Amino acid sequence: MRAVELHDITKRFGTLAANKAVHLTVERGEVHSLLGENGAGKTTLMKILFGLYQADSGSIRVNERPVAIRRPDDAITLGIGMVHQHFMLVPRLTVTENVIAGSEVARHGFLDMATAVEDIAKLAERYRLRVAPRARVENISVGQQQRVEILKALYRKADLLILDEPTAVLTPQETDDLFEIIRRLKGDGKTVIFITHKLRETMAISDRVTVLRDGAVVDTLYTAETGPAELARRMVGRDVLLRVERPPSEIGKPLLEVCDLSVASRYGTAVESVSFAVHAGEILGIAGVEGNGQLELEEAILGLRKTPSGTIKVRSLELGSGPDARRSVGMAHIPSDRLRRGVVPDFSVAWNLILGSQWRRPFSRRGALLRNEIADYARRVVSQYGIRCESIEAPVGSLSGGNQQKLVVARELSRDPDVVIACQPTRGVDVGAIEYIHNQLLAMRAAGKAVLLISAELDEVRALSDRILVMYEGKIVAERKSDAGESELGLLMAGHRAEAG
Amino acid sequence: MWLEILAVVFNLRTLNAAIRMSTPIALAAMGGAFSERAGVINIGLEGMLLVGAFAGAVGSYATGSALLGTLIGVAAGAATAAVFSIFTVEFRANHVVAGVGINILALGLTTWLMQVVWRTRGISPAVARVQSIRVPLISSIPVIGEVIGVQSPFVFVMIALIVGGWILLFRTPLGLRIRMTGEHPEAADTVGINVRFIKHFSVILGGALCGFGGAYLSIGNIGRFSMGMSAGRGFMGLAANIFGQWNPIGGLGASMLFSYADAVQIRLQTMEIALPHQIIQMIPYLLTIVILAGGVVKSRPPAALGNHYRSGGDA
Repeated sequence: MRAVELHDITKRFGTLAANKAVHLTVERGEVHSLLGENGAGKTTLMKILFGLYQADSGSIRVNERPVAIRRPDDAITLGIGMVHQHFMLVPRLTVTENVIAGSEVARHGFLDMATAVEDIAKLAERYRLRVAPRARVENISVGQQQRVEILKALYRKADLLILDEPTAVLTPQETDDLFEIIRRLKGDGKTVIFITHKLRETMAISDRVTVLRDGAVVDTLYTAETGPAELARRMVGRDVLLRVERPPSEIGKPLLEVCDLSVASRYGTAVESVSFAVHAGEILGIAGVEGNGQLELEEAILGLRKTPSGTIKVRSLELGSGPDARRSVGMAHIPSDRLRRGVVPDFSVAWNLILGSQWRRPFSRRGALLRNEIADYARRVVSQYGIRCESIEAPVGSLSGGNQQKLVVARELSRDPDVVIACQPTRGVDVGAIEYIHNQLLAMRAAGKAVLLISAELDEVRALSDRILVMYEGKIVAERKSDAGESELGLLMAGHRAEAG
Repeated sequence: MWLEILAVVFNLRTLNAAIRMSTPIALAAMGGAFSERAGVINIGLEGMLLVGAFAGAVGSYATGSALLGTLIGVAAGAATAAVFSIFTVEFRANHVVAGVGINILALGLTTWLMQVVWRTRGISPAVARVQSIRVPLISSIPVIGEVIGVQSPFVFVMIALIVGGWILLFRTPLGLRIRMTGEHPEAADTVGINVRFIKHFSVILGGALCGFGGAYLSIGNIGRFSMGMSAGRGFMGLAANIFGQWNPIGGLGASMLFSYADAVQIRLQTMEIALPHQIIQMIPYLLTIVILAGGVVKSRPPAALGNHYRSGGDA
């Protein structure tokens, strides 16, 4: 029996075709992986199935019957549930309120919270989705929040669950837990569509996999009959090196020294007496689940946040306050929030490439910008770094995530910095650009620069770093060599204490 | 002199006046609570109060019945809010700009219509008004009797509405949907909540509450309409709503505080105090500013307040 058939689905946003004549068949009771790079059209396709978008053309059949899905409630009625990449939860409401909203239990017109709590506890018990029904969502972990999302779908009697990049925010252990939950759902006869760009997860959990590239289906394969290399080739359209080469490098003097740094936040202490040094020719990785103080650490190092205590030195010289003091001593920054801190989306490629140097020669003289110099420079950098854009006058917001990030990397690294602060450098970036950015960071290392890599992607930290620090609840809880095992790091990231010795 | 001032401040008659005077402010605050809990910033409360006051007086004048006048005031407040919600929800106008527009429209429209109806600019002739009532039993209890024993029926209805509004917002399915819409409209949409309906409903309900508060101003008290008679009470309601944490009961508490300051101020003016009366008149407004700006409370507005949301299905 076919749970879902998408037939000839096409969806355009302006001139961009997000889905081109897509065919997808999902069998009942299978775990079907939807694999593709960012921007391949996976989420768009599933939002069409869930009624959040309308297809321009094409038809949908659910349980072998033609259906029209105009709004999410239509999809819910058909037994479809979706767990979005960005959780659709209200932080200040409780777990129960989040789960029942829209399908409330009422008695005499009043909310019957007691019954709702009981129902949810039963459901959670059945699928072993451990959450406290009365807890506020803002007080529970990201992994638990995801379980709340799954509960929301199950509470609405979903037979088909769409999980959109569900592991992006999870630790390795939480990912294992999620896979257990998926297996249990499958054992109960549910169908799961698993959106991901991670090959390993596709191999681990799915029965079949459909690969999307540039909005079109490349192929549908049985997972057992394929392998990561083949899937990667179909996903990107060419051979990809899945592992970067990290040649030995000569470690020099410390270029960046952070000593006893603490950062306050609205809710208390975000970073607590953190100390480390990054040496010339070294990549120091900071691993950790997001929200454990990495953002505050990034902002403190960049001079965007006040620090109650601690010192930051570059080349043994203590830094003044503010971001400009950093730039002038040769610190480059790849920010974790690209659209807020990395680029001005409405500005052209050329302008974005000179941001921060706009008042320097050769880009300006006596307070006036020199258009020709800027254009020449921009053309040179765009071709050198392979940034794909219509022209150097195109607004950066029109570029793909990968090309925006390449632009940031190009701007920052072409200033010949001594210290590079790279924060989540490959977030929302396609496989091809990831490979490129990784190689750029390794090139900085080879050139004797110091690179601080703050990333929630454990694979990335392990592949690039010479040393790895694990951050948990604002503290550095462990230091490991680059050959540390994934499961050990995963446990440390989840807050398990380092074993003695 | 200090003793006399204290005698005015801690006085049951002052408290009686404060409760009466808090009526329109508390209703506007609850109107703001509904609107903003659904994600719509409502600067237009002032205008909705004013329209309610005018329509209440006209209704009372035309029908000779203060009750009918009140209902007409409620309807006019709701209608004004409907205009506002169409602009903000359907046409996605900036909430603050549209709200300011509503206030200007209300002032201009009521002033002009006043000339049309009564051929006067400043103040209308007397119309039928709602008399205060003496509640048997309660009025004979000491202390409590002095405070609420003799009050306008508007005061009692207001208290009932506040309690009812709190129940609606925090104890019913509809209230949960309203709160979810203001926090995270996309989440509401994905669980099948009709975001547009919720926003229209909440804003219009808020307008009806303002209409009722406005009717109190004109026909629940003096029995006349005068130009611009809302006199900033809508804005005080806006402030009371924030101070009261977007909760009708909190809004009532904040309104009482403001009105208490106002009642004290009125009484102090009649006394011989070596301060210009303009300074004394500033007391309630200063209090509003201090409370709002001083961060006495950590206010946490609905997360999606002021945002526009369009469901993919509506596109």
